[in-house]
Amino acid sequence: MNLKHVTGLLCAAAMSLVLAAGAQAEDKVVKIGVILPMSGGTASIGAHAKAALEVATDIVNNAHPELGNLPLAKNAGLAGLGGAKIEVVIADNQGNPATGQNQALRLITEDKVAAVFGAYQSGITLTSSAIAEKYGIPYLNSESVAANLTERGFKWFFRTTPIATDFAKAYVDFLADMKAAGAKTDAIALVHDNTEYGTSVANTIAGAFKEKGQPVALDVAYPVNATDVQGQVLQLKDKKPDVIIMISYTSDAILFAKTMQSLDYKPAILLADDAGYSDPSFIKAVGKISQGVFNRSSWAVGPSGSPSAIIADMYKKKSGEEMDDTVGRQMQGFFVLADAIDRAGSTDPAKIQAALKATDLKPEQLMMGYKGVKFDDKGQNVLASGLIIQLQDGENYTAVWPKANAEKPPVLPYKGW
Amino acid sequence: MSFVLVQVIVGGLLLGAVYALFSSGLTLVWGMMNIVNFAHGDFVMLGMYVAYVVYTLMGGGPILGAPLATLVLATVGVVVYFALIRGIMKGPMLAQILGTFGLALLLRYSVFWWFGANFLSMPPNIVGGTYAFAGLRIEASRLLAGVVALLVTLGLHLLLTRTSLGSKMLAVAEDQTAAQLMGIRPDTMQAIAWAIAAGATGLAGALIANFFYIVPTVGETLGIVAFVTVSLGGFGSVPGALVAGLLIGVIESLSGYLIGAIYKDIVVYVLFLLFLSFRPQGLMGKM
Repeated sequence: MNLKHVTGLLCAAAMSLVLAAGAQAEDKVVKIGVILPMSGGTASIGAHAKAALEVATDIVNNAHPELGNLPLAKNAGLAGLGGAKIEVVIADNQGNPATGQNQALRLITEDKVAAVFGAYQSGITLTSSAIAEKYGIPYLNSESVAANLTERGFKWFFRTTPIATDFAKAYVDFLADMKAAGAKTDAIALVHDNTEYGTSVANTIAGAFKEKGQPVALDVAYPVNATDVQGQVLQLKDKKPDVIIMISYTSDAILFAKTMQSLDYKPAILLADDAGYSDPSFIKAVGKISQGVFNRSSWAVGPSGSPSAIIADMYKKKSGEEMDDTVGRQMQGFFVLADAIDRAGSTDPAKIQAALKATDLKPEQLMMGYKGVKFDDKGQNVLASGLIIQLQDGENYTAVWPKANAEKPPVLPYKGW
Repeated sequence: MSFVLVQVIVGGLLLGAVYALFSSGLTLVWGMMNIVNFAHGDFVMLGMYVAYVVYTLMGGGPILGAPLATLVLATVGVVVYFALIRGIMKGPMLAQILGTFGLALLLRYSVFWWFGANFLSMPPNIVGGTYAFAGLRIEASRLLAGVVALLVTLGLHLLLTRTSLGSKMLAVAEDQTAAQLMGIRPDTMQAIAWAIAAGATGLAGALIANFFYIVPTVGETLGIVAFVTVSLGGFGSVPGALVAGLLIGVIESLSGYLIGAIYKDIVVYVLFLLFLSFRPQGLMGKM
């Protein structure tokens, strides 16, 4: 063996050492398990959420100083874990609570994720978070609004979104304001599907109106992913309520819009509880025959150059869609989780749980219009809030209530087509 | 009240005609070769997408979309027959079920990949508006689907009972070997059956697309109705599917209006199971 060979070998050894070290740094990733509807009737939501989380991961893993006060944007990776990157492991809940539960189990036991994030449908968040609770893994939910999710005494469940009770209160106040402005709001009808989301939100809203001495006049429940809703629309046409509150996923929301047009039925006020009505594909499909529908939201794009406007741009580049309230709440929730892991400085579940409990984000550190993020003992964000928006032109939602946040005054009655 | 009831029944009949329309292909394939096509709902979905693509690319309404969807799906039917069905027909029942089920998933996720998961929709009133007379409202697009459903059912029935092609197809269905001895090629006849069945399904999809949303998973929602319609009407009976479709449509919308939508599926399926326990061959099926 001559000198040349020895040098060569030494070089190779040195290179492999460098490579190994590099690989080690590369290996330092924090896995977050994400449960979403990637197939089934709400697959469009899953596809949008996936794009949103890719943008969020990019913001956390790479340096984005242009995003100002947003935690983790400035530097690349999680500073608290030596610049570790976040890796998202997506599992498909197929729109099915049992599948969501199995996926949570798989993510925790096989993929060994540090935390679980999901699962869009309240009914699936309900089942999948029970698994995380059992295994003692932090579960962050950003978009399910059924009130009971945070009433189960769970220690590992945290929710950033405003929930049904917040919105029920907003609807009561909003309709009281509309009444003061001269609109008729006496008879209220609730139209909802039979999922966890539909029934529990309907119950919460009915309770809020009852408390105000105005019991809901008509409750129309229908099976989710209906093939036909003519009977329900005729029921409404027959009873003539002043206000209809729709609690529906995208497929049924589209079918209702089409059927209301074909049977020529319009209530004076049509108020939607997010979900299907915030799906951009709802607006593309039937926005033009749903002009004037009210909806709830915590998202406002903000002035150009603001962090929220930059994020909306990044999202549009990634997905081809306009940013909407649902993906906004998902990204916000994801940032809160990433920030907690960063502060925990570890992937130890108990440390992440403690960091989540200590979360105290100010409005200027958020991309959504919440008053902040701070969890109570039940894991609910007590500073979550939202506003009422209206699809005035059939293409874009505009903030109309409360007055302080309104871009335009609300327009009545419901125009439809 | 009684007035609304008339609207409910008319709506139910039109809905039922559509159920019948997208079920006829399923019943035909069963009648010809005892294969339950689990990809049927996804054939409907493909028909809807063809109509949508025709609309977006060429701006054509149903006049262009419906025949093209029929043609494309008939071709798909023939390809599927030679590439998949001919092989799995020789296998055990389980292979047939899983084969067509796999095809369903392949079609669904191919469309997912190509078009994305977003909900699509034809522009409102693409066929024409809504006819209103004496307070009754009938959507032109649903009426068109209903009329075509009646014509297709009649056409398929006449084809099977009055033409030599129909006789040959039925001969193959009765006894393949005997038919072959008579100089009829079972392969050709079955391929034709698949072309007709898939073509009718594509036509149904194109017409339904005018008033329903379009999404890769829509086959799941519609497929179940097709299976119920076909088993109530009697597997293999085209007129049976028509009567069953109309019955289910009316029962569904009446119970949805009178008792509540949440119970309408329970009413439909209780009646369905009761009926089948007395007459397992369905309304017009053979034992």
